Amino acid sequence: MSIWEYANPRKFMSLSGAVLPWLSAAAAICVVVGLIWGFFFTPDDYRQGSTVKIIYIHVPAAILGTGTWFMMVIASLVWLIRRHHVSALAAKAAAPIGLVFTLIGLITGAIWGQPMWGSWWEWDPRLTSFLILFLFYLAYIGLWEAVENPDAAADLTSVLCLVGGVFAVISRYAILFWNQGLHQGASLSLDAEENVADVFAYPLWTCIIGFCLVFAALLLFRTRTEIRARRLKALIQRERMA
Amino acid sequence: MKNLLTRDLTLAIRAGGGFGLGLAFFLIVTVLMPFGIGPETGTLTIVAPGILWIGALLACLLSLDRVFALDWEDGTLDLLATSPLPLEAVAGIKAFAHWITTGLPLVAISPLLAVLLNLPPDGFFWLIASLFVGTPALSAIGTFGAALTVGLKRGGLLLSLIVLPLYVPTLLFGAEATRRGIEGADGMTPLVLLAGLSLACLATMPFAAAAALRVNLR
Amino acid sequence: MPDLGRYAVEVLSAYGATILLLILLVLGSIWRARRVLRDLREAEARKEARS
Repeated sequence: MSIWEYANPRKFMSLSGAVLPWLSAAAAICVVVGLIWGFFFTPDDYRQGSTVKIIYIHVPAAILGTGTWFMMVIASLVWLIRRHHVSALAAKAAAPIGLVFTLIGLITGAIWGQPMWGSWWEWDPRLTSFLILFLFYLAYIGLWEAVENPDAAADLTSVLCLVGGVFAVISRYAILFWNQGLHQGASLSLDAEENVADVFAYPLWTCIIGFCLVFAALLLFRTRTEIRARRLKALIQRERMA
Repeated sequence: MKNLLTRDLTLAIRAGGGFGLGLAFFLIVTVLMPFGIGPETGTLTIVAPGILWIGALLACLLSLDRVFALDWEDGTLDLLATSPLPLEAVAGIKAFAHWITTGLPLVAISPLLAVLLNLPPDGFFWLIASLFVGTPALSAIGTFGAALTVGLKRGGLLLSLIVLPLYVPTLLFGAEATRRGIEGADGMTPLVLLAGLSLACLATMPFAAAAALRVNLR
Repeated sequence: MPDLGRYAVEVLSAYGATILLLILLVLGSIWRARRVLRDLREAEARKEARS
């Protein structure tokens, strides 16, 4: 019994089918609770006013925007090394989710930046890195769409994912070199002196966990779809051959 | 290896198209910029490093789809893959040939265009140095992108979508080195970082490109 | 409804955009899943019919 058993599509389908309803419910509850808690029951910040409430969506979306790419790198590695189709399809299914979370991070960042920094867009390192990450997601999805042969597409996108991951990190630090930003530093690290106050931190953690659950549920759901789509493609090809 | 390099170079020069086109594009982009921005020399001086770098980058991009496409169509690539030469070396040589036919001429004419954009004389060394050090990275990354998209019918647009985000660090360090050089600040730091980036790309990108080529040739 | 002060527009639009995008993502996933499942069932049925 090992984790690789679930690389078998049939096993994966039965397990994910059983888990998905519970996971979706947990995700929905967690996000709704976290957002309502954050939106209705937290005080305003004395400097930022009510805009501090944006943190409950901005930070989780930003974490998942980068985290999704990280997950895709791992899934791509698993595909390249062990040739498990579920892994490649999971990476494919994850990309649009990462794209949307990155977009949410960008939009909320811009909306937050407007009153705080006085402009919708600052060429601030974090925002700029996110914009580049957004472009990486677009390129990755574009490559998946463009290649006809599914196995070749999985291979090519995996290579792109790995190279893109390295370049995303390089860009992150290159941009830091280019422009010191206005963006505040980490607000939840465990060792930092200057964290957000507990009254903001608890709903924030709820939201982060909730967004992660949403990601997991969507990922399972979309991977199931991709597996079915692959089977459909194979069936249609067999029909044409016959 | 040497034969492949000379073959690629002669093909690029003889077949017309590829060789001069990048240069002409670079020239046109640079000449058009003042029409868009306005003829004030002060403004032009400020934006010159960025324009020259972006022009070089786009000119590089323009010739990328030719790196593998012709060899792919007439089957040369299959022959190369079965030859004793490792595919990594093929990719490396292709990148090198692309650099000689695109990057090097760009470096050579950049001072001329810099004059058009009113770049101060102090900046010339930095501009040439940064382009000379940075364009190999552009060619190496571009070869990887070309290898990814070689089998696709409408690969050109996708190629730019894939390659341009990968160009960000190179562009950033290159333009920064030039800008700092003009301002009299220390341009050496970004230049050294750019050189490191270039070397890293030259060392790793042929492997990624070869991996993509193997998939496409399967 | 909490008092959002002078930043009401910003906060509400941020939440609105997020919820809209998330709903679009979920609906898009569900729509595609339904279509794929339907096509797959049809293909399976054709396969059964032939054999």
